[in-house]
Amino acid sequence: MNANQNILVKLKDAGFKINDKWLVQGVSLQVEKGKIVTLIGPNGSGKSTTAKIALGIYKKIEGEVEKYTNKIGYVPQKISIDWTLPLRVNDFMVLTESLKNEIIDEALSLTGVIHLKDKNLGDLSGGEFQRVLLARAISKKPELLVLDEPVQGVDFTGEIALYELIKKISDELNCGILLISHDLHTVMSATDHVVCLNGHVCCSGTPMDVAKNNEYKALFGEQASQILSRYEHRHDHIHTDEGKIKKN
Amino acid sequence: MFDDFFIRALVAGIGVAFVTGPLGCFVIWRRLSYFGDTLAHSALLGVTLAFTMEFNIALSVFIISSLIALTLIQLQKRTNLPGDALLGLLAHSSLGVGLVVIGFLTFIRFDIMGLLFGDILAVTVDDLLIIWVGGAVILLILKLIWKPLFASTVNYELAEAEGLNPDRAKAIFTILMAAIIAISIKMVGLLLITGMLIIPAAMARNISSSPQRMVIYSIIGGLLSVILGLFTSLEFNTSSGPSIITAALFLFILSLFNIKQSIKLKN
Repeated sequence: MNANQNILVKLKDAGFKINDKWLVQGVSLQVEKGKIVTLIGPNGSGKSTTAKIALGIYKKIEGEVEKYTNKIGYVPQKISIDWTLPLRVNDFMVLTESLKNEIIDEALSLTGVIHLKDKNLGDLSGGEFQRVLLARAISKKPELLVLDEPVQGVDFTGEIALYELIKKISDELNCGILLISHDLHTVMSATDHVVCLNGHVCCSGTPMDVAKNNEYKALFGEQASQILSRYEHRHDHIHTDEGKIKKN
Repeated sequence: MFDDFFIRALVAGIGVAFVTGPLGCFVIWRRLSYFGDTLAHSALLGVTLAFTMEFNIALSVFIISSLIALTLIQLQKRTNLPGDALLGLLAHSSLGVGLVVIGFLTFIRFDIMGLLFGDILAVTVDDLLIIWVGGAVILLILKLIWKPLFASTVNYELAEAEGLNPDRAKAIFTILMAAIIAISIKMVGLLLITGMLIIPAAMARNISSSPQRMVIYSIIGGLLSVILGLFTSLEFNTSSGPSIITAALFLFILSLFNIKQSIKLKN
């Protein structure tokens, strides 16, 4: 039963273990339409595992996962593609769903890699490939986007632009986003809900709530907490559609 | 028209090449060459079964190969042996058992060379029917599972996450492998079937830039190999399988010389 029509995926006390070692345990969270939920936490804290539980890649899990959509776009953290395949960017874009040419072009333009459309996937740089991955995930206009460190290896200016794009997509498509990221600055500004993981949910709430939380401070240090609060403090303007800055 | 044994062989070979082309691409992409070998070797057991029970060869080969594939999956779950060791174990033990059983069947005249290396004289009108109808069914199913199979070949987790059910596609593909071996065994022989799958596809890989093109070139390569090979077989009285494979190898070697590049250099 989906009591709340807006819920796209819901984890109840979910956990996953390999050979009796828990990768993550007791995670409860939900992603709703138009909302961005961000998972943060140190390396090995179970962020990617949580994403894979939500996606149904891990099947033998503890707890419950309820998925209310099949229109999903996924950007995995690690992707190893076998180069025995002759695969161009264009072929990769239609990997899981057939798309019209204009839609492919639009998505590739949004992430700034339209010029690479006919290139072999194996010839791309790490950052370029990351942009293609993101373009592929958004091109199918998903209801749920799961982005596991989507801007890794992308240059600094590109990183900010891509995070802005992600926020824009969330608004335009009204899709829910489950985001995993290390970049506290950028992430916190756009996120609706933060889940801080360390093998379990150590705290969760709005960015401000999490920043004030003592467990979060213990995990990331006092400085990280200040970054968040400071960011919130400085947030005295909004970005208009034309990209201009407007004072509140 | 099908009275001439050579025409029958040609029609059969062309039918086989249409199916081995696309399947061979997946064998290369998914690194299944040894899996193909294992299924092919186990086909000998299927053939002996067919002779003892007076059963259709293609059908019994299909059943035995499918059983071997299932056994492999079970063994992978239950033992700690690496995959290649299990493949070798199944391939050679089924070949061994098959040959021993043949030794007992003294009452049937067996053309072992024909079984191992293919025999164009043995292709009957019934075989043509099996190859073309069976082949069409294989291609149709492959077309239906193309998206999930291809997506999971590129990346399993993407396919699974985006709801394509890659496990089902993989299981169906295994059955298709058993089926192509069953229908092509008379033409190419069980020792060389994997060659028919791999060599044209490998040739196609050298000259193609997209998966669709690789499939098309692989089919063309297979067709040329069959036609060239069968004419050679007729001319020099060699077994059909080795002749087809040698023709395929010849095309592969040609593909190593990148024609486009040498034209560019000249200009």
